[in-house]
Amino acid sequence: MSVLVLADHDNGQLAGATLNTVTAASQIGGDIHVLVAGDTSGDVARAAAAVAGVAKVLIANGNSLDHGIAENVAPLIQKMASSYSHLLAPATTTGKNIMPRVAALLDVMQISDIVQVIDANTFQRPIYAGNALATVTSDEAIKIVTVRSTAFDAAAEDGSGASIEDAAVGSDAGLSSYVKSELSSSERPELTSAPIVISGGRGMQDGSNFAMLEKVADKLGAAVGASRAAVDAGFVPNDYQVGQTGKVVAPDLYVAVGISGAIQHLAGMKDSKVIVAINKDDEAPIFQVADFGLVADLFEAVPEFEKELG
Amino acid sequence: MKVLVPIKRVIDYNVKVRVKADNSGVELANVKMAMNPFDEIAVEQALRLKESGGADEIVVVSIGPSQNQETIRTGLAMGADRGIHIDASHNIEPLAVAKLLKEVVAREKPSLVFVGKQAIDDDCNQTGQMLAALLGWAQGTFVSDIKIGHDKAIVIREVDGGLEHLEISMPAVVTVDLRLNEPRYASLPNIMKAKKKPLDSITVEELGVDVSPRLTVVKVEEPVARSAGIKVADVSELVNKLKNEAKVI
Ligand SMILES: Cc1cc2nc3c(=O)[nH]c(=O)nc-3n(C[C@H](O)[C@H](O)[C@H](O)COP(=O)(O)OP(=O)(O)OC[C@H]3O[C@@H](n4cnc5c(N)ncnc54)[C@H](O)[C@@H]3O)c2cc1C
Repeated sequence: MSVLVLADHDNGQLAGATLNTVTAASQIGGDIHVLVAGDTSGDVARAAAAVAGVAKVLIANGNSLDHGIAENVAPLIQKMASSYSHLLAPATTTGKNIMPRVAALLDVMQISDIVQVIDANTFQRPIYAGNALATVTSDEAIKIVTVRSTAFDAAAEDGSGASIEDAAVGSDAGLSSYVKSELSSSERPELTSAPIVISGGRGMQDGSNFAMLEKVADKLGAAVGASRAAVDAGFVPNDYQVGQTGKVVAPDLYVAVGISGAIQHLAGMKDSKVIVAINKDDEAPIFQVADFGLVADLFEAVPEFEKELG
Repeated sequence: MKVLVPIKRVIDYNVKVRVKADNSGVELANVKMAMNPFDEIAVEQALRLKESGGADEIVVVSIGPSQNQETIRTGLAMGADRGIHIDASHNIEPLAVAKLLKEVVAREKPSLVFVGKQAIDDDCNQTGQMLAALLGWAQGTFVSDIKIGHDKAIVIREVDGGLEHLEISMPAVVTVDLRLNEPRYASLPNIMKAKKKPLDSITVEELGVDVSPRLTVVKVEEPVARSAGIKVADVSELVNKLKNEAKVI
């Protein structure tokens, strides 16, 4: 048995979710290989080789593999697949884009977004926005799995140094090409792995009011998130969205400000260790999951909160 | 140009789902059903394309029991031209759905397939990518903006770090995200008109696809419920609790 993990990266850095995926792979068992497909992604390969538990890193570098173009990366994985019992990827937008394409090429049914490895063939995954957990088993020769990073600890980056080998790049399918990115830049920690997250909802009223949350975030070393309503209203960019169809977070502390607590939002944060809700409506559903609820006008409570933090 | 829009019938997003007592699945009996919200967005995008002169026919297709015809009628009431119902009794996995859709594409020859990025029941996020793979087509996933050219389209994708612009060649499969548009409601006259629009029903056997499930659902459980904690009186009590009780700040 051996497991191939598709690394998520931007040619410069290995995305943290890859480390959680390696942990899921180690729970499955067998040798763990990491595939770094990209362009000039040598640094990423070296980072992957230092991850504890990784036996080998395969690096495929070429223009056609840059930006994780699914039409080019999927056939590459398809060709390598026969050496593996499992193909894993983090359930990031990269993994979600590429892996189902691999699965269909191999005529395999994918198991999406697992939160638990029960045995090498059996996995648990949330369905219905996390309102139910399904245990599914596959007897296909190869298992294709995407992994919810918040459900697994990150593998340590103190490994003894796996070997790095070149892999065939394959040709450009000529179907899609990258044009450009508009990435939100932030000095704050990454949303899905931050120890503290403070999120704002429709109650924030305006994008400029998020500055109040940012001040708190800076004092706490927190990331800033949002509800769909806040993103739809244009208060903050799309990558802030927490929920069923946005990002899933599970920090030590989640602070929901002016968020009602729709099931689609809860799906993305209800596994947080401690939940705080600040909402002026004492009947808001968010209070049903909050460890500490404060019924207050956020425009008074948030600045006061910031001041109390010293 | 023809646009094909696969639509799924799911439990309405406002319904709180209940796990069955025997842990075999979730309760579907007497539960309000509706079109998967992402698929409504896909239908809407196809309609806008047609209204702007970019498409001439919109075909909606749904796979499932006879009740799925209601969902197809909803799509027709929104403005789609024609419906195809693929009669299937049990729950069909995304891979089999993609294979059935591939056969429909072979018959209908659309230039674009617009499909929701995920269904809010099984939350798989697979079907569009799988269909694109089986067809050997380009895929634009999680799309919040699309500009259709002659034989190419530029899509804006919602990705973890922000937005990505991608040029895809057509024919293509596009999986749509929440911010692409706001779907219209069907007006009463359009609901009446939809009853007369063509709706063909075909079987899985006619399409010659093996839809037997690959995965076995061992059990479905309720997650451990979170219970409500306490209400604090003011901000200083909150900070005190977080520092000294929860010890998270
Ligand atoms: C297919 C689908 C997918 C979805 N995916 C997601 C998702 O991934 N993430 C997500 O978040 N949502 C998602 N949603 C949307 C979800 O259903 C809710 O509409 C959304 O979460 C509501 O956001 P909100 O809580 O900010 O807004 P609202 O529900 O409008 O709540 C605003 C809250 O702010 C409070 N408030 C207002 N003013 C103040 C004030 N001055 N002080 C204190 N409190 C105040 C109000 O009391 C209220 O509780 C999805 C919906 C669908 C249909």
